Amino acid sequence: MYSYLIRRVVMLVPVFLAVSLVIFLILHFIPGDPIDNLLKVGSSPEARAQMEARYGLDQPLPVQYGIWLSKVMQGDLGTAIVARRPVSDLILQALPHSLRLGGFALLFSSVVGVGLGVLAALNRDKWPDKAIMGGVLLGSTMPSFWLGLILMLIFSVWLGWFPVSGARSASALVLPVLTIGLGGTALVARITRIAMIEASGRDFVTLLHAKGLSPLRIQLRHVLRHALIPVVTILALRIGWILGGAVTVEVVFARPGLGTLLIKSLSQHDYPVVQACLLMLAMAVMLGTLLGDILQAAMDPRVRAALA
Amino acid sequence: MSALLDLQNVSVAIGSAHLLDGVSLRLERGQTLGLVGESGSGKSLTAMAAMGLLPLIGGRVSAGTVRFDGQDLASLTDAQRRALRGRRIGFVTQNPMTALDPVQRIGAQIDVVSRLHLGLTKHAARARTLDLLTQLRIPEAAAVAEAWPHQLSGGMKQRIVIAMALAGDPELIVADEPTTALDVTVQAQIIQILAGLVREKGVALLLITHDMGVVAQICDRVAVLYAGRLAEEGPVAPIFAAPQHPYTAALINCIPQEGMARGTLRGIPGAVPSARQYPSGCRFHPRCVKATAECATHIPPLTQRGDGQAACLHLPEIAP
Amino acid sequence: MTLPAPIRALRRPAGALAGLWLILVILAAIAAPLLTPYAYDIQELKSAWQPPSASHWLGTDEFGRDLLTRLMYGARTSLSVSSIAITISVLCGMTLGAAAAWFGGWFDRAVTTIVDLTWSFPEILIALILVAIIGPGTTGTMVAISVAYLAQFTRLTRAQIMTLKGETFIEAAASLGAGNGHILFRHLLPNALAPVLVSAMLATGDAIILEATLGFFGLGAQPPVPSWGGMMSAGSALVFKAPWIIIFPGLAVAITVVAINLYGDALIAELDIRARMRRAV
Repeated sequence: MYSYLIRRVVMLVPVFLAVSLVIFLILHFIPGDPIDNLLKVGSSPEARAQMEARYGLDQPLPVQYGIWLSKVMQGDLGTAIVARRPVSDLILQALPHSLRLGGFALLFSSVVGVGLGVLAALNRDKWPDKAIMGGVLLGSTMPSFWLGLILMLIFSVWLGWFPVSGARSASALVLPVLTIGLGGTALVARITRIAMIEASGRDFVTLLHAKGLSPLRIQLRHVLRHALIPVVTILALRIGWILGGAVTVEVVFARPGLGTLLIKSLSQHDYPVVQACLLMLAMAVMLGTLLGDILQAAMDPRVRAALA
Repeated sequence: MSALLDLQNVSVAIGSAHLLDGVSLRLERGQTLGLVGESGSGKSLTAMAAMGLLPLIGGRVSAGTVRFDGQDLASLTDAQRRALRGRRIGFVTQNPMTALDPVQRIGAQIDVVSRLHLGLTKHAARARTLDLLTQLRIPEAAAVAEAWPHQLSGGMKQRIVIAMALAGDPELIVADEPTTALDVTVQAQIIQILAGLVREKGVALLLITHDMGVVAQICDRVAVLYAGRLAEEGPVAPIFAAPQHPYTAALINCIPQEGMARGTLRGIPGAVPSARQYPSGCRFHPRCVKATAECATHIPPLTQRGDGQAACLHLPEIAP
Repeated sequence: MTLPAPIRALRRPAGALAGLWLILVILAAIAAPLLTPYAYDIQELKSAWQPPSASHWLGTDEFGRDLLTRLMYGARTSLSVSSIAITISVLCGMTLGAAAAWFGGWFDRAVTTIVDLTWSFPEILIALILVAIIGPGTTGTMVAISVAYLAQFTRLTRAQIMTLKGETFIEAAASLGAGNGHILFRHLLPNALAPVLVSAMLATGDAIILEATLGFFGLGAQPPVPSWGGMMSAGSALVFKAPWIIIFPGLAVAITVVAINLYGDALIAELDIRARMRRAV
């Protein structure tokens, strides 16, 4: 198991290199020169060259990439061009907010999603199933920024239950978590339902019935146990996808976080900050796939055996 | 005293398809009944009906009664039927490779039966499990109980399934083609184990198979199904000596005999019709060597023959 | 004679309801100038901020423009941008996926790795970055959406062809001496087509949401051309003062996407390809 873990982590290294190269290159295709934002109108070419040298923008691309990567490895993400502060400061400020939001949203979607999925599967083709799947479909088709605004309108403005925006209190977290969580819930509920229905049709379930176990016990202790394997795997693969919802929702609720930072830096052409934000999100995705593989191995002895 | 398992005129339907048509069977305590027929003849449905598990595959008993120890299964509540399954009726499935829960250890899968039905403690249940595994001649029972299903061979898994069926100390074991999915070398062992249970523990065995050879070896009575109807039923010895129904005769003819010349392995031409296209009259008539025009229009009634019965319009004259 | 599956899907209750809405939206988009007495871009400040009324069924926006009119014209942008983007995406994805499955080896491994990696990234992020590169507007949005969904169709096509490749009738065709090109174009692609087309339709629904989100960030179709996302972007600042400005475009998006999904479901049931769709997820 441990040798598998080590192998799996080592496999992430080339993936990380590829991702970092892509992120680095993409940013150089974005039109708009950040230096323009920094220079006073009518500055001399010398002043411009000096500024470029200061940010390392005068070097050839491969060299720039090499320097950037080696600095990133040492935890140095460069200096934000607009804010003129170390990028790592900005990231460290934003990260806890995003982690809290994403973490709670993930928790909400897994718990509520699995619950709804199980309920739907147990009542397959009856009205609770149809109601849940209908609601889930509706929840997944509303644009998250719109849903956020509507929730804000209803619960903050009309009912006054939660603060409109910001991140000062715990209650400010409720609506954003709900907004992201509903989309994730839809995904989880749908996978759980299908996985439960598929697992119920397996041969071993017949034998469980033949042993005289109660149907509810069979569904919850055995079928769900099996259904959770694909649910967890897909959920882990889609961590980045669920967190992506956080980008828009953070902007809507004016929460400080990676999403807000990313959108702001993108519009200001602040390369180093955008690069760092994307790198963080890429890391989340990679950790998600790693987590998925580990959980799958933990839940399924057959997978463990194949890895040994 | 009533028979242990008694099916009277049982018909089974799934949706609008009528798959089993008025089948009657009796199995006495401590006896072995072989239920034979080709694939699609309704053998497994009969087993599911006996277990009360038809709803699992969307089926239902549309006519007739299934009695276990005198009790009509249809008159019982779900909970009462569950209390029979695993406790008084054990089940051995067709494919041991997929019959075990792949993410639960072997021991726990057997323990649950005696804990649930016999009220044993965790500790006592495990002791019983290890005892059963040893009885089934499984080496290193303790290690096997801690193993995962994927670590065992097919034959070993089928023994585990049999141990599960035995854990509730049942009076009846329903075995649905227990050897079909196994290697030939293992098949004989499993059959010997089942026969041994009948001999030593006095359980009754409903053995579903398509192997007439196995029936001849270990069964007391045999029932032959064709296309959802009973063709012939009775004690094994007379039927093998003088099969009354042409289909039974054809099945017996298919058994490879010792000393038979190569290339003389026989089959029955044609195939079992599907439930939606059952022929009129005697359902076997399109494949029957003795068929006449009458067979296509008249449904043959079950006729008493000795200690058994057969359904054919051209039953041979009773030997004087 | 059996009717084609897209029509048979309409005979299911959910399919019929969904189909009706979609036809309604498409007709409204095409016939917008005939259906409304208002223009989408003429500002009449004296009638600004009006809630829904008899003369303005869905109310007016901050410039006094009729919202229903803008919603109908907005359907033109939203529907055409997302369906064109998905068409491009499907064509490129099928080519890439078929090539990967067909050639195998290092090419397949490279495509699979890249595709799997992009697939785990949220589409909105990919689209945001691409629009930043290309620049905001209709073209940028279209390209961004088609690239964002490329991974999905490549994966799906590849998975379909890999499964089909192992099936008996393909092996039979090969053993009868059918050429590679013949097998690929005559047997593999046609059989892979149904699941890919249905999932393309479902993705068009997602693309409408994505287009709206880009519009919300002000990166979609530029004013005064209305798009559902752009309308919501303008409405978001005014959500507390005039909620109807943002509520109706959002409902239009949600109902249209629900309709696409329901119709897609009916189509999947008619074509009997549920298992094949699932296998590729």
